[in-house]
Amino acid sequence: MPTRIVELRQGVLNKNDQLARALRERFTREGTLVINLVSSPGTGKTLLLEQTLRRLVGAGTRAGALVGDLETDNDARRLAASGAPVRQINTHGRCHLEAEMIGQHLDAWQAGPFDVLFIENVGNLVCPSSYDLGEHHRVVLLSVTEGEDKPLKYPTIFNSADVAVITKYDLAAACEFDDAAAMASIHAVRPGMRILRTSARSAPGLDAWMAWIDERLGRVIVPAP
Amino acid sequence: MHELSIAHSIVSQAGQAAERAGAGRVTAVRIVVGALSGVSGDALLFSYDLATEGTLLAGSRLEIRNVPVVLHCATCDRDVELPDVQLFRCPVCATPSLDVRGGRELEIEALEVEDALPPLATSEP
Repeated sequence: MPTRIVELRQGVLNKNDQLARALRERFTREGTLVINLVSSPGTGKTLLLEQTLRRLVGAGTRAGALVGDLETDNDARRLAASGAPVRQINTHGRCHLEAEMIGQHLDAWQAGPFDVLFIENVGNLVCPSSYDLGEHHRVVLLSVTEGEDKPLKYPTIFNSADVAVITKYDLAAACEFDDAAAMASIHAVRPGMRILRTSARSAPGLDAWMAWIDERLGRVIVPAP
Repeated sequence: MHELSIAHSIVSQAGQAAERAGAGRVTAVRIVVGALSGVSGDALLFSYDLATEGTLLAGSRLEIRNVPVVLHCATCDRDVELPDVQLFRCPVCATPSLDVRGGRELEIEALEVEDALPPLATSEP
């Protein structure tokens, strides 16, 4: 049987990309700053978010969070203690969040409007890099216990992020963390990326992170495609 | 490992395109995978057979064309290909660049199809 060629030229993730664009337009229209947090499991996304939400709520900012995990609502319950509305998204085995899940959960959630909405992605440095969730900013976390060359091992996600946060910085000395080497790896895959350092036990790093969020609140601008 | 869900998307999009084109069977799917797409070709090939089972694409080949990261170098004023994805600097003059012009592709380029068998001729009385 003879064969013939059918030209297609179609993005495999077109549907996700279209949904993400629509979400970003909606967030921008509603004046909600949306930040997607990505990292390996155990880097400290939830702890950073817990402290961030507490501070924002304390300052009267309308903050909320969508939290992705394969199973359990442990993180959502932990984050809800901050006083901010939090909703858990269970992916039941899927290794990342997709724009469709964000849209469905927002529609089913009686919360908002928000000044800032955080999306805590599933702990994974590979799969979430392919899925735009409609966020304005993607923040990648790296802890001092993980190894300074992690950005070189996962260049795709580091290249796609706008800011890197180095967590557990109070353990840096104990882990013999080489800050210069980490900076060099981050900047090799994303030249000039802003790097912040935080720790659960000291305020200064968190202040810089809060200032970074504050600078973006109220001026939600859609980045150029 | 999100390649299985990527494979399912490929199968569904290619299947629809094949039906639109009136094809009876898909024999190959040609895709472009950029070095920054976040997708592993090997894992995708592994998932592909599973995803095509029982569809119009069953038994078809997945042909992957890998494409490198392309940066625009402001100093050289041209697009340059990166030899790897660990260093976002112009390989010629070493200027760092954030201006990614290629390498994020994850695209179905074309399908190779067999036409559906023509309906059996009915003998006129």
